[in-house]
Amino acid sequence: MIHPIRAGVFALAAVVAGCAGNGEATRDVIQNKGSDTLVNVAQAWAEEYAKVTAETAVAVSGGGSGTGISAMINGTVDIANSSRRMTDSELEQARANGHDPIEYIVGFDALAVFLHEDNPLGDMSLDQLADIYGEGGTTERWSQLDVAPPGCPSDKIVRVSRQNNSGTYFYYRDAILGDQRDFKLGSLDMHGSKDVVDLVENTPCAIGYSGLAYATEHISMPCIRASEGGDCVDPTVATAIDGSYPISRPLFMYTAGEPEGAIREYLDWVLSDVGQCILHQKGYAPRAVLDCS
Amino acid sequence: MNAAADRRDLSWWVDKVAQILVLAGGLSAIVFIVGIFLFIGREGAGFIFEGFSLREFLLSPRWTPTSNHNPTFGALALIAGTASVTGLAMVVAVPFSLGAAIYIGEFATGRGRETLKVLVELLAAIPSVVWGFVGLSIMNPLIVRVFDAPVGLNVLNSGIILGLMAAPIMTTIAEDALKAVPDTYREAAEAMGATRWQVILKVVLPAGRNGLVAATLLGVGRGFGETMAVLMASGHAVNLPTSPFDAVRALTATIAAELGETAEGSEHWQALFTLGIFLFLVTFTINFLADVFVRGGLPGRRRRGRRPVASANP
Repeated sequence: MIHPIRAGVFALAAVVAGCAGNGEATRDVIQNKGSDTLVNVAQAWAEEYAKVTAETAVAVSGGGSGTGISAMINGTVDIANSSRRMTDSELEQARANGHDPIEYIVGFDALAVFLHEDNPLGDMSLDQLADIYGEGGTTERWSQLDVAPPGCPSDKIVRVSRQNNSGTYFYYRDAILGDQRDFKLGSLDMHGSKDVVDLVENTPCAIGYSGLAYATEHISMPCIRASEGGDCVDPTVATAIDGSYPISRPLFMYTAGEPEGAIREYLDWVLSDVGQCILHQKGYAPRAVLDCS
Repeated sequence: MNAAADRRDLSWWVDKVAQILVLAGGLSAIVFIVGIFLFIGREGAGFIFEGFSLREFLLSPRWTPTSNHNPTFGALALIAGTASVTGLAMVVAVPFSLGAAIYIGEFATGRGRETLKVLVELLAAIPSVVWGFVGLSIMNPLIVRVFDAPVGLNVLNSGIILGLMAAPIMTTIAEDALKAVPDTYREAAEAMGATRWQVILKVVLPAGRNGLVAATLLGVGRGFGETMAVLMASGHAVNLPTSPFDAVRALTATIAAELGETAEGSEHWQALFTLGIFLFLVTFTINFLADVFVRGGLPGRRRRGRRPVASANP
């Protein structure tokens, strides 16, 4: 809930700063909107890009992948950010409106599982997660996983999830449950990754998930096994780059048609080593291994 | 009125213009309410007439509008969530507001009374998002610590917050209802040798009963319609509550959380507007009932001398 507002303020600041520095010359303003997962790095890109060129300003706002994609379909945005791929029906809708979305993978994000910092569990498998989160799954209590989190006498697993049209929600559901199974009802559906982290920090019984970049030092992140008995991989930027972490996902930017002019230049800069290092600093995995020191 | 006698000077025109403006203001309320109903009705119509199953909507707790293989639109858990939070809120708010109304109306005098009234109205001015903050950051850890509850965002948390939010409006209306009881009633009772407590319990409260019921109903309406504080404090979980420590989700909160990212015109979008229609009907009924009670019973049996109290629920 905080991010879209913050994004708006930043966007406004960027525009104001741009105007102040630029006098009469005409300036391109790129409208960039979408994923809450990407919003922090999108703001950082916009701020840095303002230092690179005074001719282009980038106005960033969040609201979620769905917001960005609907804006792309309606043609009210130049670049849509999304933490999931556009669906076929969304692509059709956009084309029907005369906007042909072009997809760019701008980085990768490890989706971390969050536990309260006192929770002793350090190792989970995708099957265990499916039994906790999936409809028909039988894991309801921490004792079924052989742990007794301190501060959680009720033993109940409090599932924290996201609102049902967030890109993170879709990706996590499909990654651990496949595309034919739904989440169990009764999860606490938070409106933003930061809210998930805040709640898990304060709730000893809780389990949650979100992009690795939102992790804080007051939270514990178990390593994840793709299969029972397989290697347990920690969620880090490095394991997201090399693909060994089982729940990492590409992050997308979409443009309406082949980008030209200022939008083209901006995207090239985002995908350049400079842009990719900014992404790396924000806790996401760049598209390729690169040296940012 | 004799038009020939009117002098058409500036005052005459000012009078006419003012009359038209006031009329337009009065009509606008009707236009807006009809317009709003038509708008949400139109947006929800596609769903109601095509994919809609009243049985599923009212009896299924499965709200999974974005499922890949089987989207379902059961609102039972959302209705139960709203009802449980509002119910608990009334348990909190009725004693507080009734007590405050009796004290302000019957006991307090002079400056103390004026100060109290201002404070109660000030309480009503606290934005709901601030109440939500209180629920999220103060009540949540408190409930976990005190009750060993698995999570502090639940019926108890949002019920208390909502009760405190509804209490000021209920106090104001209940106090108006007590004030409307003629002083002759009190004087007569005192002349018979009744104590102060007996006067209030046996004479004032029964005489003001309709107004007090209306105050409670408007509090219920407020509870049903409140969004932000409930969204933040209830846990936002699709769940049929079995205890005050269960997280729940309200109808209003569902619309607020999901509408922003839903594609316009999709089935999910229309289902959210159907929730809106349902909410509108419920709050409309509650406010109508409250109005009936304020006027002292069903229309046609209206008692004299009871000034109707303005509806406090916008």
